Amino acid sequence: MSAAALTWEQFRFERKLFWRNPTAAFFNFVLPLLLLFLIATAFSSEGEELDTLIPGIAGMSVMATTFTALAYVLVYRREEGILKRVRGTPMPAASYLGGMIGSAVLNALLQILLVIGIGHFVYGVDWPADWLLVGAFSLLGVVCFGSLGIAFAHAIPNVDSGPAWVNAVFLPLIFISGVFYSADDLPGFLKAIAEALPLKHLIDGLSAGIVGGGEDTLAAAAVVGGWTAVGLLLAVRFFRWS
Amino acid sequence: MAAAIEVRDLEKSYGPVDAVRGLSFSVEQGEVFGLLGPNGAGKTTTVEILEGYRKRTGGNVSVLGHDPEVRDRRLQERLGIVLQSSGFYPQATVREAVANTSKAYSRPRDVEETIDLVGLADKADARTAELSGGQRRRLDLALALIGDPELVFLDEPTTGFDPAARRTAWNAVRNLRGLGMTVLLTTHYLDEAQELADRVAIVKDGRIVAQGPPSELGPEQARYRVSYLSSGRRVEHQTDDPTDLLHRLTSDALARGERLDGLEVSRPTLEDVYLELTAE
Ligand SMILES: Nc1ncnc2c1ncn2[C@@H]1O[C@H](COP(=O)(O)OP(=O)(O)O)[C@@H](O)[C@H]1O
Ligand SMILES: [Mg+2]
Repeated sequence: MSAAALTWEQFRFERKLFWRNPTAAFFNFVLPLLLLFLIATAFSSEGEELDTLIPGIAGMSVMATTFTALAYVLVYRREEGILKRVRGTPMPAASYLGGMIGSAVLNALLQILLVIGIGHFVYGVDWPADWLLVGAFSLLGVVCFGSLGIAFAHAIPNVDSGPAWVNAVFLPLIFISGVFYSADDLPGFLKAIAEALPLKHLIDGLSAGIVGGGEDTLAAAAVVGGWTAVGLLLAVRFFRWS
Repeated sequence: MAAAIEVRDLEKSYGPVDAVRGLSFSVEQGEVFGLLGPNGAGKTTTVEILEGYRKRTGGNVSVLGHDPEVRDRRLQERLGIVLQSSGFYPQATVREAVANTSKAYSRPRDVEETIDLVGLADKADARTAELSGGQRRRLDLALALIGDPELVFLDEPTTGFDPAARRTAWNAVRNLRGLGMTVLLTTHYLDEAQELADRVAIVKDGRIVAQGPPSELGPEQARYRVSYLSSGRRVEHQTDDPTDLLHRLTSDALARGERLDGLEVSRPTLEDVYLELTAE
């Protein structure tokens, strides 16, 4: 079988396994949507608040489906010896990892569409002003957080500590990056941290596409792109099979 | 016919730890070869070098004519690997796990037949997370065999098994020989090496201390022991020629008008040899 066909096989296998894993399905799909509903309802959000919340939840979803999911999966498979077993077969590394990453990317893109769709049909938010921009930032965000998740997995020593490590990054980041409220209202030092990290800029970019106007999308893309380069470098440089 | 595995003066150190210190052996095609030794002897290090997982620090190895360090896909096609421990996707069934692995090979065995071969037919639809220890080990074997390998590595295939599960696993290994496969297995169970291997190398502290067919290892390598009680203390002699020694001992005793109380002549078993060779 060609490397491309093997990638496709592995991708399909990953999809099958994903839907049988309730924990993964919950953290990837249910949790971001639950937060969207709860916050929108609790604060009876409308207008401007929804314009912050919808791109915010979309950005958070990208991080949950790529960074968080890939870090978990990779640590689990590495520590269980699943990666090592695959390494002993003729399966090309690129096909195996490609299928695995492709499955996470599909989750991210599905979830973005879901969030935008719910924003439109449930909360009456307009369809995105610029679909192309939404697509571009979705892809950039997926590559960025996917590679950072793989790189981060290299630093996580074992399966048991995985959730602690991942959430130590994920939870503070979503609170300072303007997922639930505009990051502009944060105190100076928190804002400075958020500005240096990619999630806020991904959300800014998605917001420019979904809501339209305002943001400096080139600057946002530059920061996310910079972190993508760092992520890719670390992900490849420190990759280990066992 | 070229040997399936050639190992010459293999060395491997992990920083200051010299795990393998000059191993040499070869495994002929169609042979079941056992690396027998206590924990920490360097067995896993040796097989994982041959499997291409670890880089050696010295010596030469050849596996089916390849240097495994190069990690050529064409070599991996011909190998079946059972690691000392490795897991499965918990959400996959046995059949799905085997079928998924089969995709990587250009000429895989039949999935159902392979599941049957390792005795998991009645578990084919069970999730891997539901398997017992012995069943997991058989799935390990199925995943190693699905590519229809010429050479199979088994690193401690039955460690932690109850006696019945060991018997089942032993039968599975015997089947491999029937399929014409070459097998390199490691074990720290002497009886396992005796049962399964055509030839055994006893490894201790990264060195081979004895090598040969199990039947020849014991009697060849160790001498007869002759012992008796003298003034309440047991006196022991070792000899290659017990006839001559016994003749001298008994005639001396008779000449002195004494008896040789508690006289024993024993030929050490392979177990004695193993324990002696691997003693700290
Ligand atoms: N990855 C490693 N890093 C450092 N030391 C190791 C590593 N793997 C094995 N060792 C050491 O090398 C020696 C041989 O180990 P191993 O090959 O696992 O022996 P066996 O399989 O015979 O039990 C032991 O002292 C072990 O602690
Ligand atoms: Mg070992």
